[in-house]
Amino acid sequence: MHELAITVIGPDRTGIVADVAEALADVGANLTDSTMTRLRGHFAMTLVCTGVSADEATGALTVLGDGLLATVRQVEPSDQATPGAPYLVSVHGADRLGIVAAVTRVVAGAGGNITDLTTRLTGPLYVLVAEVDLATERAEELAEQLAVAAAELGVEITMRRAESELL
Amino acid sequence: MNVLTAPAAILSTPADEVDPADPAIVRLAADLITTMRAAPGCVGLAAPQVGVSAQVFCVDVTGHPKAVTTHGAFVLCNAKVVEASRWRPGREGCMSVPDLTGDVKRAARVVVEGLRPGTGESITITTDAFEARALQHEIDHCAGKLFLDRVAGAHAIHVRKVYL
Repeated sequence: MHELAITVIGPDRTGIVADVAEALADVGANLTDSTMTRLRGHFAMTLVCTGVSADEATGALTVLGDGLLATVRQVEPSDQATPGAPYLVSVHGADRLGIVAAVTRVVAGAGGNITDLTTRLTGPLYVLVAEVDLATERAEELAEQLAVAAAELGVEITMRRAESELL
Repeated sequence: MNVLTAPAAILSTPADEVDPADPAIVRLAADLITTMRAAPGCVGLAAPQVGVSAQVFCVDVTGHPKAVTTHGAFVLCNAKVVEASRWRPGREGCMSVPDLTGDVKRAARVVVEGLRPGTGESITITTDAFEARALQHEIDHCAGKLFLDRVAGAHAIHVRKVYL
């Protein structure tokens, strides 16, 4: 079964999720994984759904109008767990150009796969928290390289094992 | 005293140990308490937050709904966590990161050792719940750590709500 990768973004207002989910449900699209969040007053949805063609989903979403920008693309199902152990990288410091680019390039260089990442800018403070799957034998190397990057960027970077407890 | 906010460099710099009998440290202790009291809802304040690189902080969680054991208002110098157990997640904020809160795992039961300003008397505080969290947060400040360095995941930082 094919999957659709859908993004919707627009100025935040009450009812965006309801409108989008209803439009998709009406054409028989089944939502699987999604994230939906508000970014500085814009509401952003990224979701994967199954059960309809890209044309049907596009048709359902274009009628929403109202400043909502939607994209739909067919993708191959992929549910591969990445190898390695989960780590957390926290970055905070004075905002400047290229913090995300520099930090994530270092992570990628050590073979770290970013599975989730959030950034927030509040006043002059820039905060980044990334979840990274990484081979444990490269953790020390990455920590050292992040310390170098932190010094160059003038920010604080902390890297530690993410705890996951099974209850 | 003015409370500094991130990204002030001193907030990310490990603070120096202090001589608790130094009159300047006794004055600093009093200033911390005064500044904490002047900020509504403030339950703790560490010297680096007021721009002083010193391992001194005050805590007062009296009356806080999440507090169980409380020791009133007190100041500790050169404090260390010597025992920590019962790790629990919880959401915390900080006067030095005024726009964000974060989910941080902290020990819900701790034993903390430190020195009282003035006398230099060594004291041991055994506590739990919210007072334990506050102590760990303040001891982190003295080590140049913010809660941002300990958040539990990419979705564990939150923009603080402003109620109008």
